Order: sequence, then structure tokens, then C-alpha cells
Amino acid sequence: MHDSITVDSKPAPTPNQSSSQQPHRAGPSTVSVHAGEARQKPNDAITDSICCSSTYTFDSTQSILDYIHEKQDREEYGRYGNPNEKVVERKLAALDGAEDAILYSSGMAAIVGLLMTKLNAGDEIVFFDECYHRSREFCFKHLSRFGVVTHQVKTGDFDAMNAAINDRTKMIVSESPTNPHLTVVDLEQFVALGKERGVETLIDATLASPFNIQPLEYGVDYVWHSATKYLGGHNDLLAGVISGSKEKLEPVRKLRGILGCINAPHNMYLLERGLKTFALRMQRHNENGQRVAEFLASHPRVEHVYYPGLPSHPTHAIAKRTMKGFGGLITFLVRDADWRQTGSIIDACRIPRIGPSLGGVESLIEQPMVMSYFDYAPEQRAKFGIADNMIRMSCGIEDADDLIADLEQALSQS
Amino acid sequence: MKFRTRAIHVGSEPDETGAVIPPIYLATTFIQPGAGEWGTFDYSRSGSPTRARVEKVLADLEGAAGALAFSSGMAATHCAMMLLEAGSHVIASNDIYGGTYRLLHKICSRNQIEVSLVPAHDAESIADAIRPNTKMVWIESIGNPLITIPDIPAIASITRPAGILLGVDSTFVPPAILRPIELGADIVMHSATKLLGGHSDCLAGVLAARDRQLHDRLYYTQNATGAVLGGLESFLLHRGIKTLSLRVREQSSTALRIAQWLEQHPRVRRVLYPGLASHPQHARARNYMGDQFGTIISFELTGDIAETKRVCSATKLFGLAVSLGAVESLIEQPATMSHASYDSAARAAAGISDSLIRLSVGLEDADDLIADLDQAIGS
Ligand SMILES: Cc1ncc(COP(=O)(O)O)c(C=O)c1O
Ligand SMILES: Cc1ncc(COP(=O)(O)O)c(C=O)c1O
Repeated sequence: MHDSITVDSKPAPTPNQSSSQQPHRAGPSTVSVHAGEARQKPNDAITDSICCSSTYTFDSTQSILDYIHEKQDREEYGRYGNPNEKVVERKLAALDGAEDAILYSSGMAAIVGLLMTKLNAGDEIVFFDECYHRSREFCFKHLSRFGVVTHQVKTGDFDAMNAAINDRTKMIVSESPTNPHLTVVDLEQFVALGKERGVETLIDATLASPFNIQPLEYGVDYVWHSATKYLGGHNDLLAGVISGSKEKLEPVRKLRGILGCINAPHNMYLLERGLKTFALRMQRHNENGQRVAEFLASHPRVEHVYYPGLPSHPTHAIAKRTMKGFGGLITFLVRDADWRQTGSIIDACRIPRIGPSLGGVESLIEQPMVMSYFDYAPEQRAKFGIADNMIRMSCGIEDADDLIADLEQALSQS
Repeated sequence: MKFRTRAIHVGSEPDETGAVIPPIYLATTFIQPGAGEWGTFDYSRSGSPTRARVEKVLADLEGAAGALAFSSGMAATHCAMMLLEAGSHVIASNDIYGGTYRLLHKICSRNQIEVSLVPAHDAESIADAIRPNTKMVWIESIGNPLITIPDIPAIASITRPAGILLGVDSTFVPPAILRPIELGADIVMHSATKLLGGHSDCLAGVLAARDRQLHDRLYYTQNATGAVLGGLESFLLHRGIKTLSLRVREQSSTALRIAQWLEQHPRVRRVLYPGLASHPQHARARNYMGDQFGTIISFELTGDIAETKRVCSATKLFGLAVSLGAVESLIEQPATMSHASYDSAARAAAGISDSLIRLSVGLEDADDLIADLDQAIGS
């Protein structure tokens, strides 16, 4: 089969040293560039070809029988898998330190695929309440129609989560860091609770990305990423991924084949290409995030900054202990501004474009109250911690100096 | 705004959809406002929205009056050479890319274009080679594979007063490091197949011109001869440019580490890398390139041709292949691969020995690459 890279190379030796050191795990950039790919590809090409075929043919009835009896690892029909998504799945599994990863046509398709597999009528699931709102909405509004009961408790409140678990509970879910408050959850505690109560654990690590944290090392059962964000990284594709053990993911993959929410080969090629610079981009997102957050924190027009890399963040200590960097997403409050005045600061920015999403090379900026919560009543917004004067910025990989200069001029206007 | 910010935003201005990434146009033709009236785009050989966007960012990054995207680097170089006429004389450096050598000696020569090869890192050699019919000087901003560094301002001060065009193939040194037009070049050429695209997946070429008039002449030839870049490749090239400066900075610093490591290796006779103090034009490189010296290293082993071949085949991370500049590291033997189209006398004259190895340093971790070379070279 494919001779995929396990890069068991050594740390840089000096020329006269004998090469007898322990093998070490390849660095994140080497993994990003090479992992999951065949060393030697069809036609000896350096990059993977895009295989658009919707179906795959067999040379004889016997080869169908071999395939059915799982003697042959190969494609059959495009809804079940294609070579481009398999390469990316192996690369993502390597980045997440996972045995297996399953790709979907979007982040939401991924969590729907997982929960539809794991939850049955009568089962219960508990969320921390800062989890991506569409994932909770799916459970509250849609899984409820199939008899699944959903609870949510305050993010980081493990006592409340413990109290919400009963003998019908199958899974607990958290995002980390959360959006837009950037709360980092203590994964040791999260996993310990799951183990103690015998429920599976799921982490949405989209905002951290596998560069900054690897939740599977803590014993989490499933990691979920919207690969639309940092993994794709170029604001030009939608994708979602669930990673975990082969055993746990096998039925999930089977259901994907039935539901059909697999991603397309062209998209998978773009994702693979984007992943080549993943480690490099993340270093820059982390640097830009930290510098812009520090700038904002020192600005007189800024009332508060939410960024896990700042000591002022309530979960800074957990973040510092568990994460390599804190990403490019920053939320801040403008001092003495109503929602209109806050919007005019966004309008005055020249580099970040106004829009939802995050994690791409282009910076984006938005006002959560307008972008995502405009139709909610003020009391509801208050309950979600969405203030009128709140701005969320996703730092891209531009020069931090330019981003800071731009925010400076925007904050000094209006 | 700084280079990296411009690389991300220029040419990606929003259209009516608001898309952060502009749509990819594959249309070959465009509906016109009326008979005999022309809209911005008419037929995609003459220009297309997706190609125009990448040409815009390229011109901006090079500090050029305009840029043109071609279906390959050779198509771009050929377009520049079509500015010449029968009887014109070209001076080129003696360690240019093999394909350019072939173009000049086997294709341009058919149109009675004469060529002289000189060691271009010595500007005097160019001055000495000028004839009354000299119309173009063509150099590479880093010579290949001997990694020589020409003095672009000194050469421009010879060509400009003489009315000779100075073309610089800057494939090895993208605008994130050096902008030849700022140093006096008239035309900058890139095989965008390399660092600009950066992902080993689109073949492309670029010409960027100092002034509008020269740009218009090149555009006329491009449109008349038709070697334009397609819509999908224009998109991929543009996507690659967004990470150009990050990639180049990281790959250059890895290359410097590898060059320093090779230099102390007992089985390595010499290392050619502009970032090393031992490089003959190190001071010049520092002057023009600052602290980033590119992603290409050449070195000579102490072994013979067979040993060189063995080492080239023994790496596990470095792929054995020509081309360069992408995220994947590559290794090759110029004498039998990239410069095989030189005749052997020209190879010898240029000093391209059989034991020369060329590395293209990619984006892998420096430690992993050094470990790979260590096991391949052996002790
Ligand atoms: C944290 C988080 N999780 C999940 C998602 C859903 O992913 P997608 O938009 O790819 O469906 C998003 C983005 O929308 C997100 O920000
Ligand atoms: C320095 C240099 N110039 C020109 C070219 C030709 O470009 P292309 O292969 O894109 O036609 C190459 C690469 O092959 C090159 O290395």
C-alpha cells in the first residue's frame, strides 16, 4: 500500500557525532508537509493528483469478492470515500496524534455525523454553554425530535456538569478555547469527569487547532475541528473533521457513507495544499494574536480584552499550562460605546474585512451583536455574554505592525 | 503597508459578491456592451479577471508598472526575448538555468540572435562583452547552480546609458527578499512554478516591467503569441502568494542552518550559499538581500560521480527531483539533471562538476532535514 511517512528522524546531529540517538517524532512542519502522503505517488508526481471519479471499477467479479471480504483496501463508490480525502484524513490524524480521522463537507456535518451515530432515543448529552451555538441548536432543536435530551451548563463549571450527568448521559461536550469569550477548559478535569461518570468526551478544538493543543493526549475520546478555519487556512473551503480511535470511529464512518456528507475531491486537494503551511501559519497567527491583544489591552479606548494569552484572562493559567500558543482570535469591548459607535470602529478598519469565520490568512472583523445575535432580545444577548460594544477580530497572517496601525487609526476615529 | 500585508490583500479587493476570496473565472469570452465597444475583458487570451488579480499583486510586490502571467517561466522568458530582432546580441550569465541556455542557443539562435555567456557576478565582464548590436543583458539574481550573486545596480549602470535592456530572472529570489526593479532592472522574470506558487502544483511564469511602455510592448507580444496563464492556475498562484513571505523567511533560515551544518561536514568539499561568510559574494548578498539568502544550496561532496548519485538517491525527506522553491525539499545532481541541456564543455567552463549537488530547502523542520542529510551522506 501507500508508503506514508512516519518520519522517524533524529534531532539535528553534529557532523562528527554518530547517529545513534533515539528516534524522535517529526516536527509539526515536517508532519504538515509530508504526513499521510505516499512517498512515491502515481506517475512519480510530487503532489497528489485530484481524483474526481464518482465510482471505481473492478477488473473482475473476483476482485469485488476480495473487496467485500476486506482483503482489498480500495475505493468503491465516491460516497464512501475517495483517495484525496483519505490522504488528508491521514495527515489530519497525524497532526492530531490520532489513530483515525474522518472528514466531512463542513464542521457542522462532522458533529452531526458523530452525534447521529452515537446517540439514540432516550440518551442525553451535556454541553458547556459557550460551545458553538449551531452545535447546541442542532441538539436542542433537532436531536430532540428523535428523543435525545440536551442539557447545557456554565462553561468551566464542572460541578454543574457533574450534576447534569445521569445514567442516560452518553457524552459531554466542550469547546476550547470558546468563541467569542476565549475560555480555555481544563482538559484534565474534563476527561477525569468523563471517565469517572462513564461518559464519552468531545472537544471542539477549532480555535486552538492541533498546533496549539492535542486533546487526545489528555484522553479525550473525540476531537472536532471546523477545518474551514485554521486547517484549511485560506478562507476558500468548507470542511470538518472528527478524530479519535479507529474502533470508536468505525461506525461513524459507516454512517457517513449512508448520509453522504463526504467532502469533494477538489476541496480535499485545496485542504491538503493548505495544510502544507499549517504549522508556519499557526506560528504567525499566534504571534499576531498575542501582539494585537497586548496592543488592545493598553489602548485607552478599549475597556476589556478577551485573549487567553493575556494574564487578565480568567483562564490564562490553564491556557499557559496546556497550549503552545493562543491563536489569532481576539474579542474586545470598546469603552463607553453603544452598538452604533462600536460598528463605526469596525467600519473604519482598512485591513480586516467585515465578515464571520476565522482562521484564514486574511484578517476578519465583526461585531457579534450585529453579525450573529441581532434578532435576539437584549436580555438573551446578556445571558450569552454578548455585549453591544463587543468586537471580535480574527488576526490573519499580515504584519502585526500593519494590523496594529490599522486598529490604532480606527480606534482614534469616530 | 508592509510586503506581507500587501501580498494578502492587493488583488483580492472585494467584488459584488463580497467574497473574501474572489471567484475563479474560467470564461474564455465576455459579453460586450455593444458592437465595436469593448468592456474591461473581451477574450481571455487578452485578459481575464482571475489572471488580472494575480498580475496586480505581482506588479505591486515587484514595484513594477505592470506584470504579466504566463503558462510557464520559459514562456515568460521567451516573450522577453521576442523584444529582440534578427541581428540582436544578448549577453547572459554563464550559470543560467539550463532551459534558458537552450532557449538562447537553440531557439533564439534560429532568428539570428547572437549570445555571449559571461560570468555575470563580475560586472566588468558584461561591459567587456557589449557590442554595438547588444540589446539585452539577461542575468539571474542568484546564478544557478553555482549560486553566484550579480551586482544588479553596477550592471544597470552599464546597460541603462547604453540603451540595453536589463532582464533579471529572479526565480531564486522572490520579491519578499529582493526587488530587481528597485536596483535598476528593466524586466523581472520569475518561474512562478517555484517560490511564488510554492506548492509544486502550478506551472507559471511572470514578467514585470519597470515602465508602462515596456509593459505594453510585452503585453502586445503576450497577447499576440498567447502563452497566458489559465484561470485555475492563476487562482492557485495567487493563493500561494498569500504565504510567500512566511514561506521564504522560514525556508531561508532553514537553508542557512543546513548550509552551516554542511560546511563543517568532513565529507563536503565546499558549500555554495550566499549566507555563508565563505561565499565569494557574501558581502554583496548581505547588502541586497539582508538576512534572507534564499532557499537553494549547492555543495560538492568529496566523492566521485557514483557517490554523488548514491547520496542523491539515499535521502528520505528530500525528494529526488528537479524544480525548486516549494514546501517539499528536493535534491538533485545538476550535471545529470537540471543542467543536462548544457553541453559538457559549457558545464566544465561554468564549473558545474559531477560531484555538485543542489538542494531546494522546503518547509520541513530544519532538524528533520539535517538528520536526513546526515544519514544520506553517511560518515
Ligand atoms: C468553534 C467552531 N466550531 C464549529 C464550527 C462549524 O464549522 P463549519 O462552519 O465548518 O460547519 C465553527 C464555525 O462556523 C466554529 O467556529
Ligand atoms: C532560474 C530559472 N529560470 C527559469 C526557469 C524556467 O521556468 P519554467 O520551468 O516555469 O518554464 C526555471 C525552472 O525550470 C528556473 O529555475
